[in-house]
Amino acid sequence: MDYLKAFIVGGLICVLGQILIDKTKLTSARILVFFVISGCILGGLGWYQKLVDFAGAGATVPLFGFGNSLAIGAMEEVKKVGLIGAISGGLKATSAGITVAITSAFIMALIFNPKEK
Amino acid sequence: MGKEISKQEYQKMVEKKSPNSPILYNCIKAFIVGGIICCIGQFIMNCCRLFGMTIEMSQIYTSSILIFIASLLTGLGLYSKIGHFAGAGSIVPITGFSNSVTSPAIEFKKEGFILGLGAKIFVVAGPVILYGVLTSVVVGVIYYFLL
Repeated sequence: MDYLKAFIVGGLICVLGQILIDKTKLTSARILVFFVISGCILGGLGWYQKLVDFAGAGATVPLFGFGNSLAIGAMEEVKKVGLIGAISGGLKATSAGITVAITSAFIMALIFNPKEK
Repeated sequence: MGKEISKQEYQKMVEKKSPNSPILYNCIKAFIVGGIICCIGQFIMNCCRLFGMTIEMSQIYTSSILIFIASLLTGLGLYSKIGHFAGAGSIVPITGFSNSVTSPAIEFKKEGFILGLGAKIFVVAGPVILYGVLTSVVVGVIYYFLL
């Protein structure tokens, strides 16, 4: 059951992205930025967490989930340590993802060469 | 010579030549591939839960593993093939973020490790992290005053 929910919710979020690409001709970088910002706002409002509770990975795997983690991290940290948490919380919550992304990118760049066209 | 075309004319030519983008077909492909990627995520998450991890921990493991897999597929040159088929289905999940970090890193390696690889690795990740963090700071500050 949780796979079905993940499939449908995750798929629908990707359809949203596809419509944005086809209708507005946004580049993929802009799409990524758009998704993170909106995920962060939805997370700040507390709405996105409800979708995460419902759909699991269907909501956390799309980039909305990255934005949501940023917002949740900032708010949790504010609860713990006060105003300074707004600065430290976001990256704290997403540090693993960013670190894995850049370290594995570095390793892959050492191993692989660009594909010739 | 004499071949100069204004931007608008070029735009028109492109629109004429490119097949009228079948949005519905693209959306179905994005739906299926995006859904499958999320199901793989759900599978990893369920495995983590079986090992007795908290939901938060298993979410962190899930995104880390997905990011690594996508990075590896990018290195092998397979991710762009998936992307060619899936469109947004491969861009919107966190794997698309990973792809956008790894592919410039590989491509610009030849320009050196500092200003090539080191700088270009953030060509897409930079804006994403910048605007994401910026928004999260705003959210945190507002939350502080509402608390």
